[in-house]
Amino acid sequence: MSAVEKMTPAEARLARVTLPEGFGPQRRAALERLTAMGLPGRRDEYWRWTNPTDFIAPEPVAAAPFVDDEPELFGEIDRLKIVFRDGVFDAEASDDLTMSGVEILRLAEAGDVNWASSLYGTLEANGQKPVVRPFAALNTASATDGVLIRVTGKAEKPVSLIYTHESEASDPILHHLVKLEEGAEITVLENGPAGARFNKLMEVDVAKGARFHHIRVQGRDHELRAVTGIFARVAEESLFKSFTLTSNGVLTRNECVIDIVGDDANAHVAGAALGDGKTGAFHHDDTIFITHDAERCESRQVFKKVLKNGAQGVFQGKILVKPGAQKTDGYQISQSLLLDEDSQFLAKPELEIYADDVQCSHGSTTGAIDETALFYLRSRGVPVEEATALLVLSFVADAIEEIEEERFRDAILTRLEGWLSRHRG
Amino acid sequence: MLEIKNLHVKLEEEDKQILKGVNLTVEAGKVHAIMGPNGSGKSTLSYVLSGRDGYEVTEGEAELDGMDLLEAEPEERAAAGLFLAFQYPVEIPGVGNMTFLRTALNAQRKARGEEEISAGDFLKLVREKAKSLKIDADMLKRPVNVGFSGGEKKRNEILQMALLEPKMCILDETDSGLDVDAMRLVAEGVNALRDEKRSFLVITHYQRLLDHIKPDVVHIMADGRIIETGGPELALEVEKNGYADLLAKHGISEVMA
Repeated sequence: MSAVEKMTPAEARLARVTLPEGFGPQRRAALERLTAMGLPGRRDEYWRWTNPTDFIAPEPVAAAPFVDDEPELFGEIDRLKIVFRDGVFDAEASDDLTMSGVEILRLAEAGDVNWASSLYGTLEANGQKPVVRPFAALNTASATDGVLIRVTGKAEKPVSLIYTHESEASDPILHHLVKLEEGAEITVLENGPAGARFNKLMEVDVAKGARFHHIRVQGRDHELRAVTGIFARVAEESLFKSFTLTSNGVLTRNECVIDIVGDDANAHVAGAALGDGKTGAFHHDDTIFITHDAERCESRQVFKKVLKNGAQGVFQGKILVKPGAQKTDGYQISQSLLLDEDSQFLAKPELEIYADDVQCSHGSTTGAIDETALFYLRSRGVPVEEATALLVLSFVADAIEEIEEERFRDAILTRLEGWLSRHRG
Repeated sequence: MLEIKNLHVKLEEEDKQILKGVNLTVEAGKVHAIMGPNGSGKSTLSYVLSGRDGYEVTEGEAELDGMDLLEAEPEERAAAGLFLAFQYPVEIPGVGNMTFLRTALNAQRKARGEEEISAGDFLKLVREKAKSLKIDADMLKRPVNVGFSGGEKKRNEILQMALLEPKMCILDETDSGLDVDAMRLVAEGVNALRDEKRSFLVITHYQRLLDHIKPDVVHIMADGRIIETGGPELALEVEKNGYADLLAKHGISEVMA
């Protein structure tokens, strides 16, 4: 029996980790972290409800490339497009990477740029305490590409990261950095199925008074498996906003780890997930950790899940208020709308507070369609399926409202309506 | 127009008979009022006619211009011209009032094989109807009934009625929670819709609404039946003397009320 055959899947996966060129010390440190923590198992506290097996397997489960027949997302919005096909930069489909107020480099070509060297893997490493996030360390160690975005002013248009999927067995690992200098502002858009299995990480450093907006649309591909991480550091008087729409996808784990380190800052994370188990399994997991380590900061977590035909949703959200983080305003809500009795929502809201003058609230609910509202709509002549769709839109509205700009809200609403029209009955 | 024969209804969840043989005919162009003490079955009648879940018809029938109402889905009844103005209009956060109104209007048009109304024509139509009900642009933009006052909610019901142009309108305690001015505004909205082809069934607890919406026929409902029918003077009599004498006359114990 050879040594390979004796390995567990996790060992086999770790043995396959290779470190691409560039950011050598950071990658080696990440591999050390990863080796020390190991890949997760079901016994790990934050993996009890989401089975990591498919993320650990040495090879991804093959996924047929998905043909998107909807109008192009954000198609009417002037943006700088950067396209990755199965995780490989697609120069032809991408725009020229120059824009005033913004410096954009590719991870694979950057060499060791000064600002990026000091950021790459840093926020991920900070975010490993108190809970380990092995797939993020794996990403830092072995990401093959990504974009490094440094914003010095107000970006003239959004940067739009588009992931396309053509190869059945693609297993891309992408790592993005976004560094906003003092007072800078940018919107980063992300969408597309990316590959059979996708590991993606984004480190976001928001300096004093800067504003970061992130709108992501994932899923759509029924067979996609994705594990993603956002690690952010939010400085004084700055704003961090991230919204994710997930529709379909077999297995999605989105982690978001935010450290609020400067006074008077705001961090808002929101998500709407729509899952129909009929078109393949659907398991969606949002795992959020927001740390308040400064005064008078506000954080919001607003997560909504619509589940049907055996779909599963998980929410694990934590607010940690450190000693001295006075006048913290922390808000967290996670809600699910179950459209049948086969679907399931599991929620673990956590608050840990070490300051005495704070205001934190959290709530979690699971419910079915409101029969009175449904009857109200039907009594006006709206057929039951259309009425249900309207009530689903009503249910996710709070999360969509977290998106600041109307043009992005409209784009998301169009996608939502598309999903609803394809998943009636 | 509306023909109800010997209607018996019980609650689905518990074995409780609510309607015990209601007979009622509302002719085209007429306004019928139903008054009665609490628990007499007035609201149940409105829900059963419009198709709300939770009720079981054990006997009897109800027809709207020959169409069997009780077999139809709520949306089919609406498309056939039935409208219920709710006692407690439902709030629907996140769905704009305009979106709701247009969805409803177009759904009914579609069900009747008519063309959908264009966005421009719709806007014109809504503005025109809203103006007479003193519904401003802000109320049209806001989510359905969210943050509306009691009066605004009821006016929004009447706006829906004006837009959808039903032939049979049921008003379930439309006066509840309204001050005199709000009630007058709502009543004016209703009166503006009266014509020889449209009928109304006005369910109310108090006579005061009937000062503003003058009924042709007044029914008194108690213990799941219509026990007395008469002209507008019947409402005045109830206002003056209460229900006690009528109930006693029909052998209904006041505990019901």
